[in-house]
Amino acid sequence: MILHHLPVLEIVIPLLTAPVVVIFRRTRIAWGLAMLALWASFAIAGRLLFEVLANGPVSYDMGNWASPYGIVYRVDALSAFMAVFVSTIGAVVLTFAPRSVTDEIPEDRRYLFYALYLLSVTGALGISITGDLFNLFVFLEISALSSYSLVALGRDRRALTASFRYLVMGTAGATFILIGIGLLYMMTGSLNMLDVARLLPEATAPRTLFVAFAFLTVGVALKMALFPLHLWLPNAYTYAPSVVSAFLAATATKVAIYVFLRLTFTVFGPAFAFGTVHVQALLLPLSLLAIYTASTVAIFQTDMKRMLAYSSLAQIGYMVLGISFATVTGLTGGIVHLMNHALIKGGLFLATGCLVLRLGSSEMDALRGAGRRMPWTMMAWVVGGLGLIGVPATAGFVSKWYLVLGAVERHGWPVAVLVLLSSLLALAYVWRVVEIAYFQPVPEGAPPVREAPLSMLIPTWILIGTSLVLGVWTQLSAGVAHRAAVMLLGGWR
Amino acid sequence: MNGSERLALAALLPLVAAVVTPLLGRRPNLREAVSVLVGVATFGLIVSLVPVVLAGGRPEVTWLTVIPGIALGFRLEPLGLLFALVASGLWVVTTFYSIGYMRANHEEHQSRYYACFAVSILGALGVAFSSNLFTLFLFYEVLTLSTYPLVAHHGTEEARRGARTYLGILLTTSIGMLLLAVVMTWNLAGTLDFREGGILAGHADTRTLVVLLALFAFGTGKAALMPFHRWLPAAMVAPTPVSALLHAVAVVKAGVFTVLKISVYIFGLDLLHETGINVWLLAVAGITILLASLVALQQDNLKKRLAYSTVSQLGYIVLGAALANPWGVIGGGMHILMHAFGKITLFFAAGAYYTAAHKTRVSELPGIGRTMPVTTAAFLLGALSVIGVPPAGGTWSKWYLALGTVDAGQYVYLAVLMISSLLNIAYLMPIPIRGFFRPAPGTVETEAAEVPGGPAGLAGAVDPPTGSWRSRIHEAPAACLVALSVTAVGSVVLFFFPGPVVRLLSPLVGR
Repeated sequence: MILHHLPVLEIVIPLLTAPVVVIFRRTRIAWGLAMLALWASFAIAGRLLFEVLANGPVSYDMGNWASPYGIVYRVDALSAFMAVFVSTIGAVVLTFAPRSVTDEIPEDRRYLFYALYLLSVTGALGISITGDLFNLFVFLEISALSSYSLVALGRDRRALTASFRYLVMGTAGATFILIGIGLLYMMTGSLNMLDVARLLPEATAPRTLFVAFAFLTVGVALKMALFPLHLWLPNAYTYAPSVVSAFLAATATKVAIYVFLRLTFTVFGPAFAFGTVHVQALLLPLSLLAIYTASTVAIFQTDMKRMLAYSSLAQIGYMVLGISFATVTGLTGGIVHLMNHALIKGGLFLATGCLVLRLGSSEMDALRGAGRRMPWTMMAWVVGGLGLIGVPATAGFVSKWYLVLGAVERHGWPVAVLVLLSSLLALAYVWRVVEIAYFQPVPEGAPPVREAPLSMLIPTWILIGTSLVLGVWTQLSAGVAHRAAVMLLGGWR
Repeated sequence: MNGSERLALAALLPLVAAVVTPLLGRRPNLREAVSVLVGVATFGLIVSLVPVVLAGGRPEVTWLTVIPGIALGFRLEPLGLLFALVASGLWVVTTFYSIGYMRANHEEHQSRYYACFAVSILGALGVAFSSNLFTLFLFYEVLTLSTYPLVAHHGTEEARRGARTYLGILLTTSIGMLLLAVVMTWNLAGTLDFREGGILAGHADTRTLVVLLALFAFGTGKAALMPFHRWLPAAMVAPTPVSALLHAVAVVKAGVFTVLKISVYIFGLDLLHETGINVWLLAVAGITILLASLVALQQDNLKKRLAYSTVSQLGYIVLGAALANPWGVIGGGMHILMHAFGKITLFFAAGAYYTAAHKTRVSELPGIGRTMPVTTAAFLLGALSVIGVPPAGGTWSKWYLALGTVDAGQYVYLAVLMISSLLNIAYLMPIPIRGFFRPAPGTVETEAAEVPGGPAGLAGAVDPPTGSWRSRIHEAPAACLVALSVTAVGSVVLFFFPGPVVRLLSPLVGR
């Protein structure tokens, strides 16, 4: 019986834990409650994924209001996949959090951090499994508003301006999305995604349809920080507390990409988006520009978190590139990179969090000699970095394989060459860190430094280790991504 | 144990050394004993596979399927066996040499050094055993990355710059071109397996094949075809044992081995021949052979000179692959072995000069034969092998390559081979000759006059000018001497017994 309610429990547990945390206020209790809630979500999401893989999509009518009138949660292979990975990252990052939070956030705000964090995860999970357009907007805002506040918790005062800028641009994006949803509602009179998809071909005002698509695409592009709408991201990730950077980098933009997939493929349909509107003519150049400009900028950063932020922008380019091919291989590449990159970048930000805890700074200069002083942390960093480059036997290679293959199939070798050559930019920015950490001596008179505590190392290695496993065993990543891609394309092309 | 299990174990053993050696950092003797033991065991396992392969067996292991249709797997065939034998056999010898060299020069980070060394051998063996292009590419990159810390070992600005060039060129070529070629092959042929007779025939037109061959040949940056050869001289900042084993044997041979293997098992000799796409590869190989030799002539730094010599010699093997006839492939395969013994001897000698006399330049070496006779004699033998004259093994591989050029009617390349041998003589022979017959720079005239030039000088040690000859001798540590003597003698032995190598390689060309 409880099995039937899994989709709603997935959301309600973390959502309701957030106010409870605020009531208790004690940091340790707050963390404990949050841990319980998120690991429960994780278990539920995993159970849902198996259910979906075995028996097909699961639907849940909220409050028993029959669809299409009530709110529906609809879990298919892609949503379950997203829910699993959001909850995994959420739970692992939270496990990592206490030491880092103690170090970076003042005592009186820690319980707020945990409450906001729970809300942020709730939002991301809700986006993943909802089947209702307005509900999607609500969860987008829950996740976004809590993220703005989380960024503002950073100890550097510049976190405030970063958060404000994030707020302004995020709100602009949300408004665009809301307008787009409104237009869709105007045409179809429905908010249920599947229902809207069914009704759209009968829509009589194609111009309204185009405008709705345009508003939604731009709005979501802002949320996913697709070049050139990315300006909010670097500062937000740089000045946010390490834990927040890790969680946001791994999930926030990825969830936005999921929203884009959902809207474009499930609601509008690939025939409309790629056949009529030719959205790929916009996505392909933008994604390549994102990859090249962001990677190049990353090379010149002196702050590790900022460098990773720019690297994230480039990686978003890869995902969008895969989507722009609109083929099974390309989409598989895009979706699998979503997951692989989340693990890799999450792990990298966690490793950076360890470094910040011990070295007191995320500046590259502070890193000299860290290879000897914090061997496990740096090894995690290097393995993650290799994943970013896409070295074989890392998860990054699997993504790159599908992306390059998709490029060869769809556009021949020029795009494939561009994708491959861009890995070298990743090599350049990753290797700067490697060189500094391993082949430059510890600065004179630097205080002795210990390896990061196990409570932080283990979560870091869980993410990095998983990314390694997914580099050679791809059934759960590429296998599910392939199923999702076939489902999204629905026989188109 | 059957063949497959031995194959799997042989590939995994170096991993054991890689994990154990860093844990034994505080006990150097035990650490190095483990290195040697694992090396001997690996070599023994691979030797035990020789009869299996000679009898026509092809042991296989498949680890796991990474992407549907693409598995991580090993399959032992003659060419891979030969390369694995060379890499693992010389690993043992080099470990001995390393012990002497690293201790005598008080190098730091020795645990990291031995661990990375083991991982790079794992990479080389993986390349040798790979049953498909994916596995090959994976281990190819393992080899690239694991050798980076060895090149940057000293951590000085110069070392870091050299290592940057090294990694930059190797990764650029492999990711930018080799991986693209692999993806294109998969897209065209639907498989990445190495199969007798190739997999591309009938799947692509000649223009695509030309592009693919170019991507494979240049993408295998480790084969050091010009203009992608700069990483090899840059890698000479590494400690000498690294240059000796990795940059004369494991890494560069992994490169040319890849080119050979792809020519034979992906394209197939018939396809290369029928379409005539091998012609331009011949030209590139020929140009590399000559230009690199010319550059080597001008290098005063001994290791750099040897590095350019390696670039040129690698060209021979690519030439063998590009000839695309049985003689060429056998010659190329043999040269992997012959050049390995010759060049590793030369590098061992260069390291011995540095360790015992702190000399790194060719111009400092006259007269060195009197203080280091054994080393210089070994250098002479190694040089003879690289040049390709009796009594050294290099003679045979050049012989087969020459046969190949004649068989293919490519007389230009016969001339290239001959000219190159002359150039080899010009840049290698002066070192031992001056070492024995010229006085050391800065010594007083009278002392120089005491030693008349003559054949006796070759033996150096047995013809002392004064009674106190023992006091003149100042050789490198015994571990180094043993290692370089073994490889020098080895290259002579190979001259007298090349038969087994030919027999091993024959099935490759269907004989």
